[in-house]
Amino acid sequence: MSAAEELYEVTLVVNGVPRSATVPARRLLSDFLRHDLELTGTHVGCEHGVCGACTVLVDGRPIRSCLQFAVTVDGAEVTTVEGCTRPDGELGPVQQAFRDCHGLQCGFCTPGFVTTITAYLEENPAPTAEEAREAIAGNLCRCTGYQNIVASVLRAAELRAEEP
Amino acid sequence: MTTRSFGEPIARLEDPRLLTGRGRFLDDIGHRALAAAFVRSPHAHARIADIDVTDAVDVEGLVAIFTHDDLDGRAGEPLPLLIPHEALTHGRTGYALAKDEVNHVGEPIVMVVATDRYVAEDVCARIRVDYEFLPPVVGIEAAREAELLVHDDVPGNVAAHMVQQNGDVEAALAAAPHVLELDLDIERSASTPLEGRGVHARWDPDDASLRVYTSTQASTSVRAALAARLELPLDRVEVVAPDVGGGFGVKIVHPWPEEVLVPWAAIRLGREVKWTEDRREHFVGATHERGQLQHVEVGFDDDGRLLGLDVTVWHDNGAYTPYGIIVPIITTTQLLGPYKPGAYRAEFFSLYTNTVTVTPYRGAGRPQGCFAMERTMDAIAAHLGLDRTVVRERNFIRPDEMPYDHGLIFQDGRPLVYDSGDYPATLDKLKKLIGWDEFEAFRAEARAAGRRVGIGIACYVEGTGVGPYEGGWVKVETDGTVVAATGLTTQGQGHRTVFAQVVASELGVPVDRVVVTTGDTRRFGYAVGTFASRAAVMSGNALASAARKVREKALRVAGEALEADPRDLEIVDGVVRVTGSPAGAPGASIPLATVAVLANPLRYAFDREAERATQFGGPVDFSKPPVAEGDSPGLEDTGFYSPPRSTFANGMHAAIVETDPDTAEISILRYCVVHDCGTLINPRIVEGQIHGGVAQGVGGALYERMVYDDAGQLLNASFMDFLMPYATEVPVIETDHLETPSPLNPLGIKGAGEAGVIPGSAVLASAISDAEGFAVTRMPISPSDLFSLRLARESR
Amino acid sequence: MKPAGFTYHRPVTVDDAVAVLAEVGPAGKVLAGGQSLVPLLNMRLAAPEHLVDINRLSGLAYVRADGDGVTVGALARHADVERDETAYAVLPLLRETLRHVAHPTIRNRGTTVGSIAHADPAGELTAVLALLGGTVTLRRAGGQRTVAAADFFTGPMSTCADAGELVTSVTFPVPEGRTGAVWTEVARRHGDYAVCGTGVVVTLDDDLRVAGARAAYVSMGPEPVVVDLTEAVAGAMYDDAGWPAAGRLAAGLLEPDDDIHATAAYRRHLAEVLTARALREAAGRAAGGQR
Repeated sequence: MSAAEELYEVTLVVNGVPRSATVPARRLLSDFLRHDLELTGTHVGCEHGVCGACTVLVDGRPIRSCLQFAVTVDGAEVTTVEGCTRPDGELGPVQQAFRDCHGLQCGFCTPGFVTTITAYLEENPAPTAEEAREAIAGNLCRCTGYQNIVASVLRAAELRAEEP
Repeated sequence: MTTRSFGEPIARLEDPRLLTGRGRFLDDIGHRALAAAFVRSPHAHARIADIDVTDAVDVEGLVAIFTHDDLDGRAGEPLPLLIPHEALTHGRTGYALAKDEVNHVGEPIVMVVATDRYVAEDVCARIRVDYEFLPPVVGIEAAREAELLVHDDVPGNVAAHMVQQNGDVEAALAAAPHVLELDLDIERSASTPLEGRGVHARWDPDDASLRVYTSTQASTSVRAALAARLELPLDRVEVVAPDVGGGFGVKIVHPWPEEVLVPWAAIRLGREVKWTEDRREHFVGATHERGQLQHVEVGFDDDGRLLGLDVTVWHDNGAYTPYGIIVPIITTTQLLGPYKPGAYRAEFFSLYTNTVTVTPYRGAGRPQGCFAMERTMDAIAAHLGLDRTVVRERNFIRPDEMPYDHGLIFQDGRPLVYDSGDYPATLDKLKKLIGWDEFEAFRAEARAAGRRVGIGIACYVEGTGVGPYEGGWVKVETDGTVVAATGLTTQGQGHRTVFAQVVASELGVPVDRVVVTTGDTRRFGYAVGTFASRAAVMSGNALASAARKVREKALRVAGEALEADPRDLEIVDGVVRVTGSPAGAPGASIPLATVAVLANPLRYAFDREAERATQFGGPVDFSKPPVAEGDSPGLEDTGFYSPPRSTFANGMHAAIVETDPDTAEISILRYCVVHDCGTLINPRIVEGQIHGGVAQGVGGALYERMVYDDAGQLLNASFMDFLMPYATEVPVIETDHLETPSPLNPLGIKGAGEAGVIPGSAVLASAISDAEGFAVTRMPISPSDLFSLRLARESR
Repeated sequence: MKPAGFTYHRPVTVDDAVAVLAEVGPAGKVLAGGQSLVPLLNMRLAAPEHLVDINRLSGLAYVRADGDGVTVGALARHADVERDETAYAVLPLLRETLRHVAHPTIRNRGTTVGSIAHADPAGELTAVLALLGGTVTLRRAGGQRTVAAADFFTGPMSTCADAGELVTSVTFPVPEGRTGAVWTEVARRHGDYAVCGTGVVVTLDDDLRVAGARAAYVSMGPEPVVVDLTEAVAGAMYDDAGWPAAGRLAAGLLEPDDDIHATAAYRRHLAEVLTARALREAAGRAAGGQR
């Protein structure tokens, strides 16, 4: 039984670079990024859309990459944690803020927070502490107790504001 | 200018990599490996009648299907019982793949290897296992009643029964002016790291060697276990813990079934094999903790001073006992906290159930012990009409009573003797931080506004830095880089930073010149593991010892080069110089990098630096051999630290909660922590550990539990229904600290990793009880539970 | 947790979509935002033979609002509805309710129509559509029909949609008269499905007396429940109505179940408390002209 699955060529613009691979329709976007494109910064923590570790930006909006088939978003622009650096490869403002504020411990959930916060600050560049906490409330972290992640959101807002 | 980073809240060295997606966690390794998946038991208790793979074998991409029958040699034997104990009279462990019988939902039965995980799961779905059902034992009451047995040959479902006693508790209780009894209940939770378990194995048939990457807290012991189980010479096996996405205890267990099977299959198939645990597997295939029933009988005088304490614990150990009875031993020894109990007797029964096996989760039995003791303290205060902090203070061990011997044996098999701590000072700081004495005014104000608030407190003492030992290796490279390694593993605690701080400070180099490797048996072969808040104490001191030896040699070699007495030399910012001499003074200094070159006499020059160490490279003393007798080439050394016994950290938490009179929702208004873990290496990292622990404590108190039905099905095996707190569920955490150094180790360090979680259930039960006016005896507590308690109270 | 294989279809027009759905019949499943469906697929709790991905039907990615109501196309994400200022102006209840639906990241992808077509009794939008007496428009090969919410939901996770039909839009009507509406819920964690949630609409007459009170509930039974509570409060002044009585009436009409998060008794109690709170708030809004 079990004939070979039909394959689809999927092309995404990932962190500004067009990337393609040929995959079955059931290939999750998270697996496509991690295993077909070998961009392993995006992590998978639950595969049912709750933990948020796999969050990437699709056409600028954060989504759970474990709840999308790669083929569905064929042609989209995707930003992963690898794309949240500065053009010269140095830490971007959200990443720098996490370092400044000890916003990460094991670092497994961190990519999902970095992408989520990057998009959030585009919309709300100067959040209050309460708004910052709400902004990260869809992502699970088991290490930090979130306090330093909230601080990181506020610090990232400062760093962005300081930029020319 | 100083190079002393020890004690400073420096930013972590590991962060840039982790923040830019360059971490290497288990599933980031081996993109071309075959994928493993498992058929796991859907039943809590059953005999395996038949396994039929007929429908599965044609699936394109299938590589192999294995059952227990395929496991040759020692791979097919029961998994090891890691920590034997004389009280564990009926220890039982499972097999890598179930043989004949399954004892919990999630137990692996069939291993499938395929080209990718999707296909492997397709194959699993097509394998049919026929079961003969056996009635399951679910819950502590059922296990205790023992009408049904988990293991036929374990009477009463009792894996272990143990009693520890100091003094005549019966006499003390009989003579006490006041005696209270409490029945308490704590439900199961679990470590639940965001990264599950995972194993990748690569067999090299040409030199008959195996390299295994595993998401573990104990790579060195995994190596020994695999060598034994797979019948390979130890030197043909190397085990590496890559970046590990959280552990919290669950990853100390080893070898997991999958940890044996993946390398076994890799050898058998001659292919790279990888297994990445998914979230559902983690809920049913890893381990849980916490579930206990407790009975406390306490006698005390009119001032609330303890005269006698008699505690009985029924501990749910799940289906097997691979990690022995460490958890209930810790519960019954650590529940004493900062108090003198009078006569003390602790008895526990460790009971089998047909549910996921229980092994340590951060806190490891302490949260339950703390709950028992602190609920008891509150009960005494309520009984006598005393302030809860007054009763606690009256029972504290005083600083001048240190070291304090409880007359019991701790989890490390050594006497339970507290080394240091100032509990009255800790309490004083906590009362100030939360405003304990001002709370009644706040309560009155809130009440006037129709609000219901309460305040709670809980204290703990935590034995940390458990032996037997750890080691460290430090080497100065010829470019001045300092490389260091320790065998214990890291799961996010920032070890690469704090160990670099220790080494940098001992050696006198900038901290960013130190590169630390952990958990890689290729780099350091002797280690125990990361658990029991021991890493900083154990490897910190071991690395300090190694660095001191390297420093000594550096001074000696530099002394020869500078023609100076080593005692007149110091190392500052990676340069050896005559003490006090200005930077760059001619002939008075030599870079550590050069010292490293000189320390390794060479025949061949492979670069310019090396030239200086070759045999024609400079003036030579012909009277001595190039490497002196008893010396060794290179600027490197190894150190070990082995403590006489554990060191005891302590802390106290206080919380203010609000309970909604209508909806029974519970909100934490304030959460305050005062902790004392001895000398701090990096205060920021310690603070982070506290935050994370508190979040898990809050989770365990208000949100998380493992809900089993009577059939032994885990009803909430997903993040949808296992309610790990989000940011919106964790309060702002206010902290203060004391630093009472440990007299037991040169750096004065005590462990800090688990502390934050320990008093969570106790302090929130205390605060909710205070708000509601009745004692909460069962945790966790949900709004629905609180509503039921209110109803029961009204109907009484 | 990887989905089983399926035959994948990605139509680019609604006609193609309904043609495919007709062809594959009950073996087919529509994929829109996937926020409810893909977890089920990943856990292999569902394994449809055919998946019809409608994410290319960009013509359905609309939110249209006017004085009569808000119509949401099948490809409008929750976030699109939530952010639509015109929709907010005519029916603030939608935004208020959507903010209780999971977390922003889920709302960025999940569709409002999808959650209604899924007919989850714990889904807030399902209850709001029922509360407002909204309608559902379904297309099939060669035709289309519009059905009332009350007829659309036929049971837990089940609707009157036939195999071969695609829900192309839903319409949330603006309640007539001087009304105020409120959504409130108690959830275990922020963003979780509610333990009990209620949406209410209160209608006042010109003298600011209560003329009508209706409530809909989530997680209070196997399907969305709408109850009319007017009898408990009719004729009372908006700020002095017997809202607790309306709460008690509601609680008596509901038959929630126990589950792992709450007992039925607690749920019923919450319904009583939340109903009274929400009605009071809604009446205040109606009196203040806030809707």
